Amino acid sequence: MKEKKNSHHNQTHPMNNRLYGKLIFELSHPGRRGYSLPKSELPRHELPQAVLRSEEAALPECDELTVVRHYTNHSANNFGVNNGFYPLGSCTMKYNPAIDEETASLPALTALHPLQPEDTCQGALEAYYRMQQALCAITGMGAFTLNPFAGAHGELTGLMVIRSYHMERGDKQRVKVIVPDSAHGTNPASAAVCGMEVVEVKSREDGCVDVDHLRTLLDDGVAAMMMTNPNTLGLFEHDIPEIARLVHDCGGLMYYDGANLNPLLGVCRPGDMGFDVMHVNLHKTFATPHGGGGPGSGPVGVRKGLEHLLPSPRVSYDGERYHIERDEKASSVGAFLGNFTVIIKAWTWLLSMGREHLRMVGPLATLNANYVKESLKDVYRLPIDTPCMHEFVFDGLRDKSTGITTMDVAKRLLDHGYHAPTIYFPLLFHESLMVEPTESESLDTLDAFISVMRRIAEEAATDPEVVKSAPHSTPIGRVDDVLAAKNPVLTYKRLAQ
Amino acid sequence: MYKYLPHTPEDIELMLRKVGAATLDDLFTQVPKELRLQGDYDLPPAQSEMEIRQTFERLCARNKPLTVFAGAGVYDHYIPAVVPSIVGRSEFLTSYTPYQAEVSQGTLHYIFEFQSMMTELTGMDVSNASMYDGATATAEAMLMAAHHVKKARRVLLSETVDEKVAQVVRTYAHFHGVELTMVPETNGVTDSETLRQQLAEGGVAGVVVQQPNRHGLIEDFTGYAEAIHGVKALFIINSPALDLALLRTPGEWGADIAVGDCQSLGLPMSFGGPYVGYMCCRESLMRKLPGRIVGMSADNRGQRVFVLTLQAREQHIRRQKATSNICSNQSLMALWATVWCATMGKEGVREAATRSCDGAHYLAQQLTANGHFRMTYPGEFLNEFCVDYDGDVEALLGHLAAQGILGGVKTDEHTLMVAVTEKRTKEEIDRLVELATGFQA
Amino acid sequence: MAKVLEGLYYSESHEYLRLEGDYGYIGITDYAQNALGTVVYVDMPEVDDELEAGEEFGAVESVKAASDLISPVSGTVVEVNEALSDNPELLNADAFANWIVKVELSDKGELDDLMDAEAYEEHCKE
Repeated sequence: MKEKKNSHHNQTHPMNNRLYGKLIFELSHPGRRGYSLPKSELPRHELPQAVLRSEEAALPECDELTVVRHYTNHSANNFGVNNGFYPLGSCTMKYNPAIDEETASLPALTALHPLQPEDTCQGALEAYYRMQQALCAITGMGAFTLNPFAGAHGELTGLMVIRSYHMERGDKQRVKVIVPDSAHGTNPASAAVCGMEVVEVKSREDGCVDVDHLRTLLDDGVAAMMMTNPNTLGLFEHDIPEIARLVHDCGGLMYYDGANLNPLLGVCRPGDMGFDVMHVNLHKTFATPHGGGGPGSGPVGVRKGLEHLLPSPRVSYDGERYHIERDEKASSVGAFLGNFTVIIKAWTWLLSMGREHLRMVGPLATLNANYVKESLKDVYRLPIDTPCMHEFVFDGLRDKSTGITTMDVAKRLLDHGYHAPTIYFPLLFHESLMVEPTESESLDTLDAFISVMRRIAEEAATDPEVVKSAPHSTPIGRVDDVLAAKNPVLTYKRLAQ
Repeated sequence: MYKYLPHTPEDIELMLRKVGAATLDDLFTQVPKELRLQGDYDLPPAQSEMEIRQTFERLCARNKPLTVFAGAGVYDHYIPAVVPSIVGRSEFLTSYTPYQAEVSQGTLHYIFEFQSMMTELTGMDVSNASMYDGATATAEAMLMAAHHVKKARRVLLSETVDEKVAQVVRTYAHFHGVELTMVPETNGVTDSETLRQQLAEGGVAGVVVQQPNRHGLIEDFTGYAEAIHGVKALFIINSPALDLALLRTPGEWGADIAVGDCQSLGLPMSFGGPYVGYMCCRESLMRKLPGRIVGMSADNRGQRVFVLTLQAREQHIRRQKATSNICSNQSLMALWATVWCATMGKEGVREAATRSCDGAHYLAQQLTANGHFRMTYPGEFLNEFCVDYDGDVEALLGHLAAQGILGGVKTDEHTLMVAVTEKRTKEEIDRLVELATGFQA
Repeated sequence: MAKVLEGLYYSESHEYLRLEGDYGYIGITDYAQNALGTVVYVDMPEVDDELEAGEEFGAVESVKAASDLISPVSGTVVEVNEALSDNPELLNADAFANWIVKVELSDKGELDDLMDAEAYEEHCKE
């Protein structure tokens, strides 16, 4: 008997419907303890009163079982990729393989102190170095640093490289960064932290960069243009060769925001498109887990000729041994080599995929996105009806008369056991709903999602109240954001007052 | 088809028909032909899981975990089994940032707990949901100060701040356009006299110090808050989180911003990361704090719930006017630190810090009882200290490493910095002393 | 349709100024409060602070946005609307009645650079 189209039968309900709402402090009882240390044979050293804190920190006192139950129950109110489909546009929520967790927890890696002698950690340095090389092969760049801790941090690091490049050549006045108006918020924020100014270039009606408008913005104050390709609408910027030529001709560099790298795997490389500096997101394209908001990793790559501008410390290889090089005069964006075990997870994924499977990632991610798009564009409004890459944007429901917003659709999806897609980004459309299925998802999963999305569109017309007041089956309902922001209660101490 | 790629040829055919393409290649007509990849990536072929395990076995054979007596920002603390078993749960590991509060109450609760614990340790009013590490958190605090005080763009940085942290702060200051002036050190601690003079010169937006400082010394910040606030600047203190279980807190010192790394709250050393930075401040600065913040609220069913709040400050809304560009932070490591503090509890956290102090003082005493070692500086320390050695420090460290011991970090020609934690037994300490004092280069 | 009051001066960044002799009451317009949504916080300057025309002097925060306040004129702050500290949503209730700062103008000529009600209404339509 084959699958009925209609259904969330093959969706597991992701989590416990009831809220476990306790805080560990509320389970604390004076005198309880959850730890054991061996007897100490060392003499006690009394520090002078003057250097000591006057009152103990009010940390909780619980037995081990209470701690375990508490966090286990909290996890049941969470929803991860391992629970269900997570079509968040721009986040690339693909499967985080279990073997990656195993390799990254090996004691011979986790028990290494970052400052121990090089000859006692050659294995770790080899893995790190080989990851740098692999990223070069995939992106077409000449060298990578794995130091930045996240994508936004990578952007900042990349912009520092760009500014250093111009300062080195005496072009101190080059501080303008051109950014498409469809860009992610981190782009202009990173530019501002780097002491640069943002200039927005408009998008055309087809969603791509308006090259004519770009021409008017190019002068000798331009340091770089920051782009993602495909762009935040999931469209390939086919004018990229010309854009790169124009920016280079005016003396600027091209920066690639690697958040949308996934569909390019197996298809093309940023280094071949004319990009000079770029970052990748290991927690997106390279399958490392999101962890509820990090740790991620944002390696930065540069074309040949810019390696000397990468931050310290760096890992090199002399043909026999690996070395850590620190340069006190160079830039630095972190104390050590970056989020090392996150890098190990990503490298493990690359080893698993190998060259033959890596090249299928882009095509399959793109196939998935187009399939979902084509299956829903009759009920959701598709402002740009062209083939997309790994993600696409709907502008809410086609039928606006129902008054049902993207927010409502997103909340109703939660009732069906899905994490909602990205909402209200990009800012180009009022009711943006950005969907990115990734290559991890099977046809069954996509079909189930499609049928739920169609059902919600139907509900919008026949029973709008149930959509407007969603979610109903999640542990909590909609949250009062105004209350949270107006009189912020941000600690247990304040809450308990 | 592959274990991570579920599409069968039949699936692909069906889907291609739906989207109106003949082959997968047809999906990329938008990509100029000259850009299309020819052939394969210059990468090895796929490894099966068994082969991956073998690869790592080979690599790990060339790593040598040591008995650690080094610190310099990263400490070898006891990790209860409970911690990795909870943090590894996939609902925590594979979930996204808690933007959809209805499906993220687990994450939001633990971040609220993390924030609460950090304010307890630092003695401050408010904490954010975490930063990347202690060094970048310090740099962000520097930026916060530079923005907070109008018409003042100079920040004073003590020479006694860890060099790795200082380098990151210098980098951020250089690009952002903040003038950084170093406050010299005298006898291993911040020169208070010079600091006062520098404050009097005017234009100062903030002062950054470290406690204990980069030599392991506990500094006396008496009068600092008054002097710094007197010129309307912000007082910033960087401390390793665990040390605050014992030491006079940044709050008690009158600091405005407290930053540092939580690695010492039981996070594995992991060859450099991931760790997690913390950033706490006074209530009056709350809306200037970068990063995510979780707050309490209510849902439409009347339940107490938690939600990301004060997001108007953040990059996805304010864009170039954001207080920072931070997006992903180190959430899962914040969970690690939170579960560690919950498991060790009020008493255990103190005990870990106390034993680290005991061990360090015992080691210092034993090492200097013999003629080859001398304390580099006078003054109180906590769990880390510097000794001058009359021989070749590099050779000594090499000798100790060959015996399976990381004896410390070389900080100068003849100086070694050593740290002790609650994991180091009296026996291990005695053995280090024996090997170190008995070493003939 | 957002409310626009006659007799006030308006800036492109949606602040208004109500002139009373040498003093001006500055606030945000109805259009602005509507775009922001429920206001949760108003970041105000202090008495005696110097304002410069075209320069940022504070901010208005809602859940979904934070907007800088740009001063339409130069002058000295003589009064700040303390009521907004506890009840920032007053700006939503009546943006025109609830001014944010009262300034003593240093250069009345700057008023010529501002729009009148009609011009502002046109501006909002763009």
